[in-house]
Amino acid sequence: MIGRLMIGRRPLLVEGLTALGLVAAPFVLPPLGFAPDTVNQAVVWGLFGIGFDLLFGYTGLLSFGQSAFYGTGGFVAAYLLTKAIVSSVILGLVIGMIAAAAAGYLVGLIALRRTGIYFAMITVAIAETFFFLENSPLSAWTGGENGIPGVPAPSFDLFGIHYRVGTGWSMYGFLAICYFIGIVIALRIVRSPVGAILRAIRENPSRAAAVGHNVHGYKLTAFIIAAAYAGLAGGLLGVLQAFMPPEAFTFDTSGQLVMQTVIGGSGTLFGPLFGALVWLSLRDFLQAALNLGAAWKLALGLIFVLLVCFLRRGLIGGARDAIGFFTGRWQTGTADTIATPAPTAPMATVGPSRRPDETPFSGPVIEARGITKSFGGLVANRDINFSVNQGELRGVIGPNGAGKSTFFKMLTCELPPTSGRIVFHGRDITGMDITAVCHLGLTKSYQINQLFNRLTVGENVVIAALAERRGRFSLDFLRRIERVPGLATQVESTLSLVGLAARRDVPVAELAYGEKRRLEIGLALASSPSLLLLDEPLAGMSPRERAETVSLLKNIRRGRTLVVVDHDMDAIFELAERITVLHEGAVLAEGTPAEIQRNSLVQEAYLGGVAA
Amino acid sequence: MITWPNFVSQCFNGLALGALLALISSGLTIIYGTLGVLNLAHGAMFMLGGYAGYVAYEATGSFAVAVVAGSLFLAVVGVLMERVIIRYFYSRPAEDQILVTFGIGICLVELVRLVFGSLSKTVPPPSWAAGISSLGFMFYPTYRLVVVGIIAVALLALFLVLFRTRLGLIVRAGIEDSAMVDALGIDVDRVFMIVFGIGAMAAGFAGIVNAPVVSLTPDMGDAILVQTFVVVVIGGVGSFTGAILGGLISGEILSLTSMVDPSYSGVMLFAVMTLVLMLRPQGLLGTRSQT
Repeated sequence: MIGRLMIGRRPLLVEGLTALGLVAAPFVLPPLGFAPDTVNQAVVWGLFGIGFDLLFGYTGLLSFGQSAFYGTGGFVAAYLLTKAIVSSVILGLVIGMIAAAAAGYLVGLIALRRTGIYFAMITVAIAETFFFLENSPLSAWTGGENGIPGVPAPSFDLFGIHYRVGTGWSMYGFLAICYFIGIVIALRIVRSPVGAILRAIRENPSRAAAVGHNVHGYKLTAFIIAAAYAGLAGGLLGVLQAFMPPEAFTFDTSGQLVMQTVIGGSGTLFGPLFGALVWLSLRDFLQAALNLGAAWKLALGLIFVLLVCFLRRGLIGGARDAIGFFTGRWQTGTADTIATPAPTAPMATVGPSRRPDETPFSGPVIEARGITKSFGGLVANRDINFSVNQGELRGVIGPNGAGKSTFFKMLTCELPPTSGRIVFHGRDITGMDITAVCHLGLTKSYQINQLFNRLTVGENVVIAALAERRGRFSLDFLRRIERVPGLATQVESTLSLVGLAARRDVPVAELAYGEKRRLEIGLALASSPSLLLLDEPLAGMSPRERAETVSLLKNIRRGRTLVVVDHDMDAIFELAERITVLHEGAVLAEGTPAEIQRNSLVQEAYLGGVAA
Repeated sequence: MITWPNFVSQCFNGLALGALLALISSGLTIIYGTLGVLNLAHGAMFMLGGYAGYVAYEATGSFAVAVVAGSLFLAVVGVLMERVIIRYFYSRPAEDQILVTFGIGICLVELVRLVFGSLSKTVPPPSWAAGISSLGFMFYPTYRLVVVGIIAVALLALFLVLFRTRLGLIVRAGIEDSAMVDALGIDVDRVFMIVFGIGAMAAGFAGIVNAPVVSLTPDMGDAILVQTFVVVVIGGVGSFTGAILGGLISGEILSLTSMVDPSYSGVMLFAVMTLVLMLRPQGLLGTRSQT
């Protein structure tokens, strides 16, 4: 893929082009009718939007409350600078940014308790509260409706020359440097393991948790980063206007940010800057040139609605799609791809599990002791005792409604049992969460595919392998993903194990069903489990896909312990060493395939008593 | 200075505001519960209802006509909006639905600003409800008492539609599982359209009934939308009774805090919302499944 090769060979290409664009802007934009003040405002909006895009475009969290942090950063910086508590403008901006990040942490703790529409509603309410606080109770510090006038411009002493930033293009120089630093850091974040995980959370948060990532922690991280960007931009707004306006705190500010980001293109980092330029220039154009007066916002509103309806990826996303359409090559943009590193070390075709803690323990790998699950009056599982030994391949069968899925969910700690204990490698895991259990070496593949749909095959496996390499939470957001030790080898061996090595750059949406099923197993395998639970791996497959998957399972089982639930009797009897039969929520029988085949109770359960 | 009459009259103010919030929120929550769409244009519809009533009142001079015409107008706006735009968003992510309704809300507000200007408009209360009533121990604006009565009737009507009619049964089943309702051979598509119309009508009705209490501005829906969100978070998304309870609680919080210090009323409302989120994240009357 061209885009990916470009990142690999010229890692600083985007940064270089950004620098070039920022330097060229004062020469290119004025002939197009842009006043320096308009450009400066767009740069502040663009910087504000970088953080919001990380939160919305990358992590999938739509916040309508970013004004809270914009205002916090702006008013803290403006207060410190105008009261001469801090003399350095840069220091004031940094303190404002830290204050906004701290506010982001506190707000995030509350808002991230819920997802989806609740999250959007709570962020709106919180932002309004910040506005109330600024406007009345804190007006002694913030000036209430008057804002804070007289915010100083920065000045520098370099090599004995005193330089004071003025207005116009002089201010632009200062803002452009801030923007450039902001975009460089954001690009580092996007290309780091954290950036990859944020995209995984956007695509499928529950699977991101199941492969071992602390989803709440990463969401909170994204929220704080977005707040920090907002805080810095708010401080710069005060510096730019020499005045900190209370309007920074209003819902309109949050709304305008959302609209500009969507117009420019979310998930691109540059979308907010581009959207702000479009927004501000259209405002000036409609107001002045067409003499539309108050109607300019209606026109922008209509444009916004049309873009959401027909061009959701915004102007940048749309342009990129158009390029892809005409060249037929550019599949995904450079800012929204995860580098899937090429292997550097020789790899094993069948990677055995690498858990260091598994060898000393002998005895059952997993043991369920009398587990029962009831939903109200309905008992799904009753007093199940179950244990699987090291290296075993256990089949679990049972008629529909026998309680197999519930039983499986309890083993992986997706559901807590009503009573009984679950012991894994001699350790009681009852009541632990699914992320922690994954890190102990127990994971499962799902009956219904749970993939990261807008990512490629390789990226999917990278997400799962990252958890095993980095643990459940790590803030290495300035490290390039290619630098994670052992990641490349692990991704490559997993892909070749499930037979998808040739498909690594294909988006999941374009895979055939059988390939998706194998990738589903691959996601579970990539976290190097010592015990792998497979929930109906053969469901819905064509005969050929089924044969391929059976041989895949035979391949996987070397060096691993597997438990397989399936309706495909032939496959289970061919693969399994021992079989457990569930019926009406309890264990009906357990034994070798031959024993189970002869068992009259089993025959009766399946054939409804005819054979008895 | 807090005195008894002052306290009682603030309680009444809280009741009037709470009833209003309850009606608007129940419209929002019925739409969300049935269609799964969070309508960010809901505040704009409240505003539009007020303006529609204003136009009808200016034309006829009758407050009753204004209420009926404005409500029907908003029902038509709701149905149109659902048919032309919203229905294409049922299969799209929640973020897209939020974005598009947000954009529609902006368009409605700006359209009203373009037509009527930014200056406020007023609708007088009907002549029989103008002036002040004596409640024996205190005097209170008659129309505010009437508002509580009218909204109580509207909420009762909405309750009867939801819990005593075939349509209501389908709507409530749709809130539980709309795919299942579809599978049973019921035309969910048509039900969705009607529900959106009813939800819009609830907001519009509230807008007209409230018009004599406040003055109409194009921006008036923004503050109401935010308060409606708090009501729904407190009461529980998708719960009709939760919207009413949340509305009344929020109205009283806003009014009683205003009595002590108006600048803290919004902050206090948010503090209560945070408390509810901490102790009962699904809302007071919400069920855990509807997250």
